[in-house]
Amino acid sequence: MRAMQVAGVDLPGRLWIGTGGLTSTSLVGEIVEAARPGLVTVSVRRTSDTERGGLLDMLRALGVRILPNTAGCLSAREAVLTAQLAREALETDWVKLEVIGDETSLMPDAVELLDAAETLVRQGFTVLPYTSADPVLARRLVDVGCAAVMPLGSPIGTGRGLDDPRAIEAVRAAVAVPVVLDAGIGTASDAALAMELGCDAVLAATAITRADRPAQMAAALRAAVDAGRLARHAGRIPRLTTARASSPMAGRVGT
Amino acid sequence: MNIHLNGRPRVVADGTTVQALVPSARGVAVAVNGAVVPASSWGSTGLSEDDAVEIVTAQQGG
Repeated sequence: MRAMQVAGVDLPGRLWIGTGGLTSTSLVGEIVEAARPGLVTVSVRRTSDTERGGLLDMLRALGVRILPNTAGCLSAREAVLTAQLAREALETDWVKLEVIGDETSLMPDAVELLDAAETLVRQGFTVLPYTSADPVLARRLVDVGCAAVMPLGSPIGTGRGLDDPRAIEAVRAAVAVPVVLDAGIGTASDAALAMELGCDAVLAATAITRADRPAQMAAALRAAVDAGRLARHAGRIPRLTTARASSPMAGRVGT
Repeated sequence: MNIHLNGRPRVVADGTTVQALVPSARGVAVAVNGAVVPASSWGSTGLSEDDAVEIVTAQQGG
């Protein structure tokens, strides 16, 4: 079933999920069942630092599309190598490109990000960059060939939702490729707002994996994504400064 | 000879290939000195003194 397309590829859902923060690989099945995600992200790490938990086998058995990320990379060089390794290990040329500027803010490094995006597109990758909520940078990323842009709602792991909804709207207005709200989702209303603002999808990781009941939060986010998208296209009423009665004023008793 | 495997020093026999270092090919990728070595070349890629070998796989991530 097709919910959306990225780079001409059908994806089955507009909620994308990340596996970061999972306390147990055994939760993956119920989370995926509840989220019915468009795709699922993983990181790429040294085997010596990886538990033999069989995450990859489990995701493959579930039949979900796997999107490797370059999380933690601090330079274009590191991110490009990580993407190349991911392509080799996971047999996909899609990459969620992350190049952060430091390990405290985890904010994207715009200069390195654009550089890495350009290099990877040239090498045949389908690049989905994690970016600041900046319409100018988003346009530059699309100009070098990115297939989508993934602006952050608030810093990674904060669960604050959308710090600056107008910036997300501006990114939406600036590009024609899919916009995927990434980072900062805390709960269902954040996901609904992102979709109401015109995002095409929402990516949530720790909002789900660190919730007390991960599968329940996955179900809530999925419903919120659907609700937000429906509302976006329902044509909402304008915000008014003054009241406007909904019941007729004519025919009131005693007038 | 001495190499670096996933950032740690490791002593291997002369003539060791990439193939000998990879536990299982499934879902794994290898880089030597910052360049990816495709699985099809693991058996024919010999290692040299001081080579930096990275072996990676998928892990949880957002």
